[in-house]
Amino acid sequence: MPRPKQLPDAVNIMFRTRTPSLFRPQKPIDQRVLTQHRALVDDINRRGVLRGAISLGALTLLSGCDVSEEEPVQKALRAVSAWNDRVQAAIFRPDHLAPTFSAARVVKPPRFNAYYDIEDVKPVNGATWKLELAGRIDDKRPWTAQQLYALPEQEIIIRHICVEGWDYIGQWSGVNLKSFLQRVGADLTAKYVYFHCADDYTESIDMAAALHPQTILATRYANEPIADPFGYPLRLRTATKLGYKNAKWIKAIEVTNSFTETFWSKQGFNWFAGI
Amino acid sequence: MSAPPVKSNTRQEHRLHPLPVRVMHWTNAVAIFIMIGSGWKIYNDDALFGFLHFPDAIVIGKWAQYGLQWHFFGMWIFVINGLAYLIYGIATGRFRQKLFPLSLREILATVGDALRFRLAHEDLTHYNAVQKILYLGIVAVGVLIVISGFALWKPVQFSELASLFGSFQTIRLVHFLCMAAIVGFLLIHVTLALLVPKSLVAMLTGGPAVDDKPAAADAAAEATP
Repeated sequence: MPRPKQLPDAVNIMFRTRTPSLFRPQKPIDQRVLTQHRALVDDINRRGVLRGAISLGALTLLSGCDVSEEEPVQKALRAVSAWNDRVQAAIFRPDHLAPTFSAARVVKPPRFNAYYDIEDVKPVNGATWKLELAGRIDDKRPWTAQQLYALPEQEIIIRHICVEGWDYIGQWSGVNLKSFLQRVGADLTAKYVYFHCADDYTESIDMAAALHPQTILATRYANEPIADPFGYPLRLRTATKLGYKNAKWIKAIEVTNSFTETFWSKQGFNWFAGI
Repeated sequence: MSAPPVKSNTRQEHRLHPLPVRVMHWTNAVAIFIMIGSGWKIYNDDALFGFLHFPDAIVIGKWAQYGLQWHFFGMWIFVINGLAYLIYGIATGRFRQKLFPLSLREILATVGDALRFRLAHEDLTHYNAVQKILYLGIVAVGVLIVISGFALWKPVQFSELASLFGSFQTIRLVHFLCMAAIVGFLLIHVTLALLVPKSLVAMLTGGPAVDDKPAAADAAAEATP
Protein backbone atom coordinates (compact mmCIF):
# COMPACT_ATOMS: atom_id res chain seq x y z
CA MET A 1 0.00 0.00 0.00
CA PRO A 2 1.41 3.44 -0.88
CA ARG A 3 2.36 5.91 1.80
CA PRO A 4 -0.45 8.32 2.56
CA LYS A 5 -0.35 11.33 0.33
CA GLN A 6 -0.38 14.33 2.57
CA LEU A 7 -2.63 17.25 1.84
CA PRO A 8 -2.22 19.10 5.11
CA ASP A 9 -3.63 22.35 3.77
CA ALA A 10 -6.71 20.63 2.45
CA VAL A 11 -7.17 18.88 5.76
CA ASN A 12 -6.71 22.09 7.69
CA ILE A 13 -9.18 23.91 5.52
CA MET A 14 -11.70 21.15 5.95
CA PHE A 15 -11.62 21.52 9.68
CA ARG A 16 -11.77 25.28 9.88
CA THR A 17 -14.95 26.99 10.88
CA ARG A 18 -16.97 27.88 7.83
CA THR A 19 -17.32 31.44 6.63
CA PRO A 20 -20.44 32.82 4.97
CA SER A 21 -20.76 32.38 1.22
CA LEU A 22 -18.27 34.48 -0.72
CA PHE A 23 -17.38 33.50 -4.21
CA ARG A 24 -14.01 33.72 -5.82
CA PRO A 25 -13.53 37.20 -7.28
CA GLN A 26 -14.26 37.18 -10.98
CA LYS A 27 -11.41 39.57 -11.88
CA PRO A 28 -8.00 37.93 -12.43
CA ILE A 29 -5.13 38.92 -10.14
CA ASP A 30 -3.41 42.15 -11.20
CA GLN A 31 0.00 41.18 -12.64
CA ARG A 32 1.45 44.73 -12.72
CA VAL A 33 2.75 44.61 -9.16
CA LEU A 34 4.74 41.49 -9.97
CA THR A 35 6.29 42.86 -13.16
CA GLN A 36 7.17 46.16 -11.45
CA HIS A 37 9.00 44.37 -8.67
CA ARG A 38 10.53 41.58 -10.76
CA ALA A 39 14.08 42.57 -9.72
CA LEU A 40 13.22 42.41 -6.04
CA VAL A 41 11.50 39.04 -6.42
CA ASP A 42 14.58 37.63 -8.20
CA ASP A 43 16.78 39.02 -5.45
CA ILE A 44 14.71 37.31 -2.80
CA ASN A 45 15.07 34.04 -4.69
CA ARG A 46 18.84 34.51 -4.91
CA ARG A 47 19.08 34.89 -1.19
CA GLY A 48 17.92 31.32 -0.90
CA VAL A 49 14.88 32.19 1.13
CA LEU A 50 13.09 29.32 -0.50
CA ARG A 51 15.81 26.87 0.43
CA GLY A 52 15.74 28.12 3.98
CA ALA A 53 11.98 27.76 4.14
CA ILE A 54 12.23 24.18 2.90
CA SER A 55 14.82 23.31 5.55
CA LEU A 56 12.63 24.91 8.21
CA GLY A 57 9.67 22.91 6.97
CA ALA A 58 11.70 19.72 7.16
CA LEU A 59 12.68 20.61 10.73
CA THR A 60 9.08 21.07 11.84
CA LEU A 61 8.25 17.74 10.22
CA LEU A 62 11.02 16.11 12.21
CA SER A 63 9.96 17.60 15.53
CA GLY A 64 6.29 16.94 14.92
CA CYS A 65 6.86 13.36 13.87
CA ASP A 66 3.97 11.01 14.33
CA VAL A 67 4.32 7.27 14.69
CA SER A 68 1.09 6.87 12.66
CA GLU A 69 2.99 7.98 9.56
CA GLU A 70 5.62 5.25 9.87
CA GLU A 71 5.06 2.85 7.00
CA PRO A 72 4.48 -0.38 9.00
CA VAL A 73 2.19 1.43 11.45
CA GLN A 74 0.18 3.10 8.70
CA LYS A 75 -0.02 -0.20 6.85
CA ALA A 76 -1.39 -1.93 9.94
CA LEU A 77 -3.87 0.85 10.70
CA ARG A 78 -5.14 0.78 7.12
CA ALA A 79 -5.49 -2.98 7.27
CA VAL A 80 -7.72 -2.54 10.33
CA SER A 81 -9.65 0.17 8.48
CA ALA A 82 -10.18 -2.26 5.56
CA TRP A 83 -11.33 -4.90 8.04
CA ASN A 84 -13.74 -2.31 9.47
CA ASP A 85 -15.10 -1.81 5.93
CA ARG A 86 -16.05 -5.49 5.86
CA VAL A 87 -17.57 -5.38 9.33
CA GLN A 88 -19.67 -2.35 8.36
CA ALA A 89 -20.85 -4.05 5.17
CA ALA A 90 -21.81 -7.12 7.21
CA ILE A 91 -23.91 -5.17 9.72
CA PHE A 92 -25.54 -2.98 7.04
CA ARG A 93 -29.33 -3.37 7.03
CA PRO A 94 -30.45 -2.81 3.39
CA ASP A 95 -34.09 -2.10 4.25
CA HIS A 96 -33.60 -0.28 7.53
CA LEU A 97 -34.59 3.35 7.15
CA ALA A 98 -32.67 6.21 8.71
CA PRO A 99 -34.71 8.51 10.95
CA THR A 100 -36.46 11.30 9.05
CA PHE A 101 -37.52 14.69 10.38
CA SER A 102 -40.12 17.39 9.96
CA ALA A 103 -39.54 20.24 7.49
CA ALA A 104 -39.50 22.66 10.44
CA ARG A 105 -36.10 21.30 11.52
CA VAL A 106 -34.41 21.81 8.16
CA VAL A 107 -31.33 24.05 8.29
CA LYS A 108 -31.16 26.61 5.47
CA PRO A 109 -28.79 26.87 3.74
CA PRO A 110 -27.11 23.50 4.32
CA ARG A 111 -23.68 23.49 5.90
CA PHE A 112 -20.83 23.75 3.42
CA ASN A 113 -17.97 21.29 3.38
CA ALA A 114 -15.33 20.38 0.83
CA TYR A 115 -11.57 20.01 0.70
CA TYR A 116 -11.35 23.77 0.10
CA ASP A 117 -13.13 26.89 1.32
CA ILE A 118 -16.52 28.00 0.09
CA GLU A 119 -15.05 31.04 -1.72
CA ASP A 120 -13.05 28.64 -3.89
CA VAL A 121 -16.11 26.85 -5.21
CA LYS A 122 -16.16 26.88 -9.01
CA PRO A 123 -19.83 26.88 -10.02
CA VAL A 124 -20.87 24.39 -12.70
CA ASN A 125 -22.72 25.77 -15.70
CA GLY A 126 -25.99 23.86 -15.71
CA ALA A 127 -26.76 24.81 -19.32
CA THR A 128 -23.72 23.03 -20.76
CA TRP A 129 -23.25 20.41 -18.02
CA LYS A 130 -23.86 16.77 -18.85
CA LEU A 131 -23.89 13.68 -16.69
CA GLU A 132 -21.69 11.00 -18.24
CA LEU A 133 -22.28 7.32 -17.56
CA ALA A 134 -19.57 4.67 -17.59
CA GLY A 135 -18.81 1.09 -16.70
CA ARG A 136 -21.39 -1.65 -16.37
CA ILE A 137 -24.31 0.39 -17.73
CA ASP A 138 -26.30 -0.51 -20.86
CA ASP A 139 -27.48 2.93 -21.89
CA LYS A 140 -24.51 5.27 -21.56
CA ARG A 141 -26.13 8.26 -23.26
CA PRO A 142 -25.26 11.40 -21.27
CA TRP A 143 -27.97 13.28 -19.39
CA THR A 144 -28.60 17.01 -19.44
CA ALA A 145 -29.67 18.85 -16.32
CA GLN A 146 -33.05 19.46 -17.90
CA GLN A 147 -33.60 15.73 -18.46
CA LEU A 148 -32.51 14.86 -14.95
CA TYR A 149 -34.66 17.53 -13.34
CA ALA A 150 -37.65 16.11 -15.20
CA LEU A 151 -37.33 12.68 -13.56
CA PRO A 152 -39.72 11.73 -10.73
CA GLU A 153 -38.44 13.13 -7.46
CA GLN A 154 -38.14 11.63 -4.04
CA GLU A 155 -37.77 13.89 -0.99
CA ILE A 156 -35.81 12.89 2.11
CA ILE A 157 -35.38 14.97 5.27
CA ILE A 158 -32.42 13.33 6.92
CA ARG A 159 -29.52 14.01 9.23
CA HIS A 160 -26.19 14.82 7.66
CA ILE A 161 -23.35 13.64 9.87
CA CYS A 162 -19.81 14.80 9.21
CA VAL A 163 -16.83 12.69 10.24
CA GLU A 164 -15.70 15.74 12.24
CA GLY A 165 -18.68 15.39 14.55
CA TRP A 166 -21.17 18.06 13.48
CA ASP A 167 -24.59 17.34 12.05
CA TYR A 168 -27.65 19.10 10.64
CA ILE A 169 -31.04 18.18 9.22
CA GLY A 170 -31.35 18.67 5.46
CA GLN A 171 -34.21 18.39 2.99
CA TRP A 172 -33.09 16.85 -0.28
CA SER A 173 -35.03 15.92 -3.42
CA GLY A 174 -34.08 14.17 -6.60
CA VAL A 175 -34.31 10.90 -8.42
CA ASN A 176 -33.86 7.75 -6.38
CA LEU A 177 -30.44 6.31 -7.27
CA LYS A 178 -31.71 2.74 -7.52
CA SER A 179 -34.48 3.70 -9.94
CA PHE A 180 -32.02 5.80 -11.96
CA LEU A 181 -29.58 2.89 -12.17
CA GLN A 182 -32.43 0.61 -13.27
CA ARG A 183 -33.55 3.17 -15.85
CA VAL A 184 -30.11 3.27 -17.50
CA GLY A 185 -29.70 -0.50 -17.32
CA ALA A 186 -26.89 -0.62 -14.78
CA ASP A 187 -25.59 -3.94 -13.51
CA LEU A 188 -27.06 -3.92 -10.00
CA THR A 189 -24.96 -6.91 -9.04
CA ALA A 190 -21.75 -4.91 -9.54
CA LYS A 191 -19.83 -3.98 -6.40
CA TYR A 192 -19.35 -0.23 -6.57
CA VAL A 193 -20.84 3.00 -7.84
CA TYR A 194 -18.22 5.68 -8.46
CA PHE A 195 -18.79 9.40 -8.70
CA HIS A 196 -16.41 11.68 -10.58
CA CYS A 197 -16.87 15.32 -9.74
CA ALA A 198 -16.26 18.66 -11.43
CA ASP A 199 -13.76 19.64 -8.72
CA ASP A 200 -11.71 16.45 -9.31
CA TYR A 201 -13.18 14.93 -6.18
CA THR A 202 -13.87 11.21 -6.39
CA GLU A 203 -16.08 9.11 -4.18
CA SER A 204 -17.57 5.66 -4.35
CA ILE A 205 -20.13 3.68 -2.43
CA ASP A 206 -20.92 -0.02 -2.22
CA MET A 207 -23.86 -1.25 -4.28
CA ALA A 208 -25.92 -2.05 -1.16
CA ALA A 209 -25.78 1.61 -0.12
CA ALA A 210 -26.49 2.73 -3.70
CA LEU A 211 -29.67 0.63 -3.72
CA HIS A 212 -30.82 1.81 -0.28
CA PRO A 213 -34.27 3.46 -0.44
CA GLN A 214 -32.85 6.69 1.03
CA THR A 215 -30.08 7.18 -1.52
CA ILE A 216 -30.86 9.81 -4.14
CA LEU A 217 -29.22 11.92 -6.81
CA ALA A 218 -30.23 15.22 -5.30
CA THR A 219 -31.17 18.18 -7.48
CA ARG A 220 -33.06 20.28 -4.93
CA TYR A 221 -32.58 21.47 -1.37
CA ALA A 222 -35.61 22.69 0.58
CA ASN A 223 -37.60 22.69 -2.69
CA GLU A 224 -35.16 25.00 -4.49
CA PRO A 225 -32.50 23.92 -6.99
CA ILE A 226 -29.33 23.12 -5.02
CA ALA A 227 -27.16 26.22 -4.74
CA ASP A 228 -23.67 26.22 -6.26
CA PRO A 229 -21.64 25.57 -3.09
CA PHE A 230 -23.72 22.52 -2.26
CA GLY A 231 -23.34 20.64 -5.53
CA TYR A 232 -25.42 22.20 -8.32
CA PRO A 233 -26.58 20.67 -10.59
CA LEU A 234 -26.27 17.15 -9.18
CA ARG A 235 -25.00 15.59 -5.99
CA LEU A 236 -25.39 12.38 -4.05
CA ARG A 237 -27.36 12.25 -0.81
CA THR A 238 -27.46 9.00 1.06
CA ALA A 239 -28.80 8.55 4.57
CA THR A 240 -26.42 5.69 5.31
CA LYS A 241 -23.02 7.33 4.89
CA LEU A 242 -20.92 10.06 6.46
CA GLY A 243 -20.95 13.46 4.80
CA TYR A 244 -17.80 13.05 2.72
CA LYS A 245 -19.27 10.09 0.79
CA ASN A 246 -21.94 12.41 -0.66
CA ALA A 247 -20.20 13.57 -3.83
CA LYS A 248 -21.12 17.05 -5.10
CA TRP A 249 -21.01 18.51 -8.65
CA ILE A 250 -21.17 14.98 -10.08
CA LYS A 251 -20.13 14.85 -13.72
CA ALA A 252 -19.87 11.09 -14.22
CA ILE A 253 -21.27 7.95 -12.64
CA GLU A 254 -19.47 4.67 -13.11
CA VAL A 255 -20.71 1.22 -12.12
CA THR A 256 -17.83 -1.18 -11.66
CA ASN A 257 -16.44 -4.22 -9.88
CA SER A 258 -12.95 -2.84 -9.47
CA PHE A 259 -12.00 -0.88 -6.40
CA THR A 260 -9.97 2.31 -6.64
CA GLU A 261 -9.13 4.51 -3.68
CA THR A 262 -11.14 7.71 -3.51
CA PHE A 263 -10.24 11.28 -2.57
CA TRP A 264 -10.35 10.83 1.22
CA SER A 265 -9.65 7.10 1.42
CA LYS A 266 -6.30 7.75 -0.31
CA GLN A 267 -5.43 9.92 2.65
CA GLY A 268 -6.38 7.32 5.20
CA PHE A 269 -10.02 8.06 5.93
CA ASN A 270 -12.25 5.00 6.17
CA TRP A 271 -13.64 4.08 2.76
CA PHE A 272 -16.96 2.49 3.78
CA ALA A 273 -17.84 5.37 6.14
CA GLY A 274 -21.26 3.95 6.98
CA ILE A 275 -23.43 5.39 9.70
CA MET B 1 -24.52 -18.51 45.29
CA SER B 2 -22.38 -21.39 44.14
CA ALA B 3 -18.85 -21.50 45.46
CA PRO B 4 -15.94 -22.08 43.09
CA PRO B 5 -15.34 -25.82 43.03
CA VAL B 6 -12.66 -27.04 45.40
CA LYS B 7 -10.81 -29.77 43.56
CA SER B 8 -9.06 -31.43 46.49
CA ASN B 9 -8.78 -31.18 50.24
CA THR B 10 -5.61 -29.14 49.97
CA ARG B 11 -6.74 -25.60 49.35
CA GLN B 12 -5.47 -24.17 46.11
CA GLU B 13 -3.45 -21.05 46.55
CA HIS B 14 -4.13 -18.14 44.21
CA ARG B 15 -2.50 -14.87 43.67
CA LEU B 16 -4.44 -11.73 44.58
CA HIS B 17 -4.44 -10.80 40.89
CA PRO B 18 -4.48 -14.00 38.83
CA LEU B 19 -2.60 -13.89 35.54
CA PRO B 20 -5.73 -13.34 33.36
CA VAL B 21 -6.63 -10.28 35.45
CA ARG B 22 -3.15 -8.83 35.08
CA VAL B 23 -3.06 -9.44 31.33
CA MET B 24 -6.50 -7.87 30.90
CA HIS B 25 -5.60 -4.95 33.17
CA TRP B 26 -2.54 -3.94 31.16
CA THR B 27 -4.22 -4.66 27.82
CA ASN B 28 -6.98 -2.35 28.97
CA ALA B 29 -4.42 0.27 30.00
CA VAL B 30 -3.00 0.28 26.45
CA ALA B 31 -6.48 0.35 24.89
CA ILE B 32 -7.63 3.22 27.14
CA PHE B 33 -4.47 5.17 26.28
CA ILE B 34 -5.15 4.75 22.54
CA MET B 35 -8.86 5.50 22.85
CA ILE B 36 -8.48 8.65 24.95
CA GLY B 37 -5.56 10.09 22.96
CA SER B 38 -7.21 9.47 19.58
CA GLY B 39 -10.61 10.49 20.93
CA TRP B 40 -9.16 13.87 21.89
CA LYS B 41 -7.85 14.28 18.34
CA ILE B 42 -11.29 13.48 16.91
CA TYR B 43 -12.94 15.82 19.44
CA ASN B 44 -10.70 18.71 18.33
CA ASP B 45 -12.16 18.67 14.80
CA ASP B 46 -15.49 19.87 16.11
CA ALA B 47 -15.21 20.87 19.76
CA LEU B 48 -18.27 20.35 21.93
CA PHE B 49 -17.07 23.15 24.21
CA GLY B 50 -15.57 26.25 22.65
CA PHE B 51 -13.15 26.67 25.54
CA LEU B 52 -11.77 23.14 25.33
CA HIS B 53 -9.25 22.00 22.76
CA PHE B 54 -6.75 19.27 23.51
CA PRO B 55 -3.18 20.37 22.74
CA ASP B 56 -1.50 18.63 19.81
CA ALA B 57 1.20 17.36 22.13
CA ILE B 58 -1.19 15.09 24.04
CA VAL B 59 -3.37 13.76 21.23
CA ILE B 60 -2.74 10.63 19.15
CA GLY B 61 -2.53 11.19 15.40
CA LYS B 62 -1.14 14.25 13.71
CA TRP B 63 -4.02 14.41 11.24
CA ALA B 64 -7.70 13.69 11.71
CA GLN B 65 -7.56 10.46 9.71
CA TYR B 66 -4.81 9.09 11.95
CA GLY B 67 -6.84 9.87 15.06
CA LEU B 68 -9.78 8.07 13.49
CA GLN B 69 -7.62 5.11 12.43
CA TRP B 70 -6.27 4.69 15.96
CA HIS B 71 -9.73 5.04 17.51
CA PHE B 72 -11.29 2.41 15.25
CA PHE B 73 -8.34 0.11 15.88
CA GLY B 74 -8.30 0.64 19.65
CA MET B 75 -12.03 -0.01 19.90
CA TRP B 76 -11.49 -3.68 19.05
CA ILE B 77 -8.95 -4.12 21.82
CA PHE B 78 -11.06 -2.18 24.32
CA VAL B 79 -14.32 -3.97 23.53
CA ILE B 80 -12.95 -7.53 23.20
CA ASN B 81 -10.75 -7.18 26.28
CA GLY B 82 -13.59 -5.54 28.22
CA LEU B 83 -15.99 -8.33 27.29
CA ALA B 84 -13.45 -10.94 28.33
CA TYR B 85 -13.01 -9.12 31.66
CA LEU B 86 -16.76 -8.97 32.31
CA ILE B 87 -17.23 -12.65 31.46
CA TYR B 88 -14.23 -13.63 33.58
CA GLY B 89 -15.34 -11.48 36.51
CA ILE B 90 -18.83 -12.90 36.50
CA ALA B 91 -17.94 -16.51 35.68
CA THR B 92 -15.21 -16.87 38.33
CA GLY B 93 -17.22 -15.02 40.98
CA ARG B 94 -14.45 -12.45 41.28
CA PHE B 95 -16.83 -9.50 41.01
CA ARG B 96 -19.13 -10.94 43.65
CA GLN B 97 -16.22 -11.71 45.91
CA LYS B 98 -14.34 -8.44 45.51
CA LEU B 99 -17.06 -5.86 44.98
CA PHE B 100 -19.98 -7.16 47.05
CA PRO B 101 -21.67 -6.88 49.46
CA LEU B 102 -21.84 -3.13 49.44
CA SER B 103 -23.58 -1.57 52.43
CA LEU B 104 -24.42 2.09 52.93
CA ARG B 105 -23.02 1.91 56.47
CA GLU B 106 -19.70 0.66 55.14
CA ILE B 107 -19.62 3.36 52.47
CA LEU B 108 -20.23 6.15 54.99
CA ALA B 109 -17.64 4.73 57.37
CA THR B 110 -15.00 4.49 54.62
CA VAL B 111 -15.71 7.97 53.33
CA GLY B 112 -15.32 9.23 56.91
CA ASP B 113 -12.02 7.40 57.25
CA ALA B 114 -10.83 8.74 53.92
CA LEU B 115 -11.61 12.30 54.92
CA ARG B 116 -9.57 11.81 58.10
CA PHE B 117 -6.76 10.18 56.09
CA ARG B 118 -7.22 6.96 57.98
CA LEU B 119 -7.75 4.64 55.04
CA ALA B 120 -5.90 1.42 55.60
CA HIS B 121 -4.09 -0.15 52.65
CA GLU B 122 -2.18 -2.81 54.56
CA ASP B 123 -4.54 -5.47 53.28
CA LEU B 124 -4.46 -5.35 49.48
CA THR B 125 -6.81 -8.31 49.29
CA HIS B 126 -9.72 -6.35 50.70
CA TYR B 127 -11.38 -3.50 48.89
CA ASN B 128 -12.94 -0.80 51.05
CA ALA B 129 -16.37 0.57 50.18
CA VAL B 130 -15.02 3.56 48.26
CA GLN B 131 -12.87 1.29 46.14
CA LYS B 132 -15.84 -0.99 45.53
CA ILE B 133 -17.97 1.94 44.36
CA LEU B 134 -15.20 3.32 42.17
CA TYR B 135 -14.53 -0.04 40.54
CA LEU B 136 -18.23 -0.78 40.03
CA GLY B 137 -18.78 2.74 38.72
CA ILE B 138 -15.88 2.60 36.29
CA VAL B 139 -17.09 -0.73 34.90
CA ALA B 140 -20.53 0.85 34.37
CA VAL B 141 -18.90 3.87 32.67
CA GLY B 142 -16.90 1.48 30.49
CA VAL B 143 -20.11 -0.20 29.38
CA LEU B 144 -21.79 3.16 28.71
CA ILE B 145 -18.86 4.53 26.70
CA VAL B 146 -19.05 1.45 24.47
CA ILE B 147 -22.82 1.73 24.06
CA SER B 148 -22.62 5.45 23.25
CA GLY B 149 -19.69 4.67 20.95
CA PHE B 150 -21.82 2.20 19.03
CA ALA B 151 -24.57 4.81 18.74
CA LEU B 152 -22.05 7.40 17.45
CA TRP B 153 -20.49 5.00 14.98
CA LYS B 154 -23.78 3.67 13.61
CA PRO B 155 -26.61 6.13 14.36
CA VAL B 156 -28.53 4.78 11.36
CA GLN B 157 -27.83 1.03 11.54
CA PHE B 158 -28.39 1.16 15.31
CA SER B 159 -31.00 3.92 15.13
CA GLU B 160 -33.08 2.21 17.83
CA LEU B 161 -30.13 2.54 20.20
CA ALA B 162 -29.22 6.05 19.05
CA SER B 163 -32.77 7.29 19.56
CA LEU B 164 -32.52 6.43 23.27
CA PHE B 165 -30.01 9.25 23.64
CA GLY B 166 -32.00 11.90 21.79
CA SER B 167 -29.97 13.98 19.35
CA PHE B 168 -26.66 13.02 17.76
CA GLN B 169 -24.88 15.72 19.75
CA THR B 170 -26.28 14.22 22.96
CA ILE B 171 -24.61 10.92 22.08
CA ARG B 172 -21.35 12.80 21.59
CA LEU B 173 -21.82 14.51 24.94
CA VAL B 174 -22.49 11.22 26.76
CA HIS B 175 -19.44 9.66 25.08
CA PHE B 176 -17.39 12.69 26.10
CA LEU B 177 -18.62 12.67 29.72
CA CYS B 178 -17.81 8.96 30.01
CA MET B 179 -14.28 9.80 28.83
CA ALA B 180 -14.10 12.59 31.43
CA ALA B 181 -15.22 10.14 34.13
CA ILE B 182 -12.55 7.65 33.06
CA VAL B 183 -9.88 10.37 33.09
CA GLY B 184 -11.06 11.41 36.58
CA PHE B 185 -10.92 7.79 37.72
CA LEU B 186 -7.45 7.38 36.24
CA LEU B 187 -6.14 10.41 38.12
CA ILE B 188 -7.26 8.89 41.44
CA HIS B 189 -6.36 5.33 40.44
CA VAL B 190 -2.84 6.14 39.27
CA THR B 191 -2.17 8.54 42.17
CA LEU B 192 -3.19 5.93 44.73
CA ALA B 193 -1.23 3.21 42.95
CA LEU B 194 1.86 5.41 43.16
CA LEU B 195 1.18 6.29 46.82
CA VAL B 196 0.86 2.60 47.67
CA PRO B 197 3.55 1.13 45.40
CA LYS B 198 2.94 -2.45 46.52
CA SER B 199 -0.47 -2.26 44.84
CA LEU B 200 1.25 -1.38 41.58
CA VAL B 201 3.78 -4.19 42.06
CA ALA B 202 0.93 -6.60 42.80
CA MET B 203 -0.67 -5.82 39.43
CA LEU B 204 2.62 -6.83 37.80
CA THR B 205 3.66 -9.85 39.88
CA GLY B 206 0.27 -11.06 41.01
CA GLY B 207 0.62 -9.90 44.63
CA PRO B 208 0.26 -11.94 47.79
CA ALA B 209 -1.18 -15.42 47.75
CA VAL B 210 -4.79 -15.61 48.81
CA ASP B 211 -6.93 -18.53 49.82
CA ASP B 212 -9.32 -19.80 47.27
CA LYS B 213 -12.14 -19.35 49.69
CA PRO B 214 -15.78 -19.29 48.68
CA ALA B 215 -17.34 -15.89 48.22
CA ALA B 216 -19.93 -16.57 50.90
CA ALA B 217 -17.28 -17.29 53.52
CA ASP B 218 -15.44 -14.19 52.45
CA ALA B 219 -18.54 -12.09 52.82
CA ALA B 220 -19.22 -13.60 56.24
CA ALA B 221 -15.66 -12.80 57.31
CA GLU B 222 -16.10 -9.21 56.20
CA ALA B 223 -19.28 -8.84 58.16
CA THR B 224 -17.43 -9.70 61.37
CA PRO B 225 -15.89 -6.55 62.82
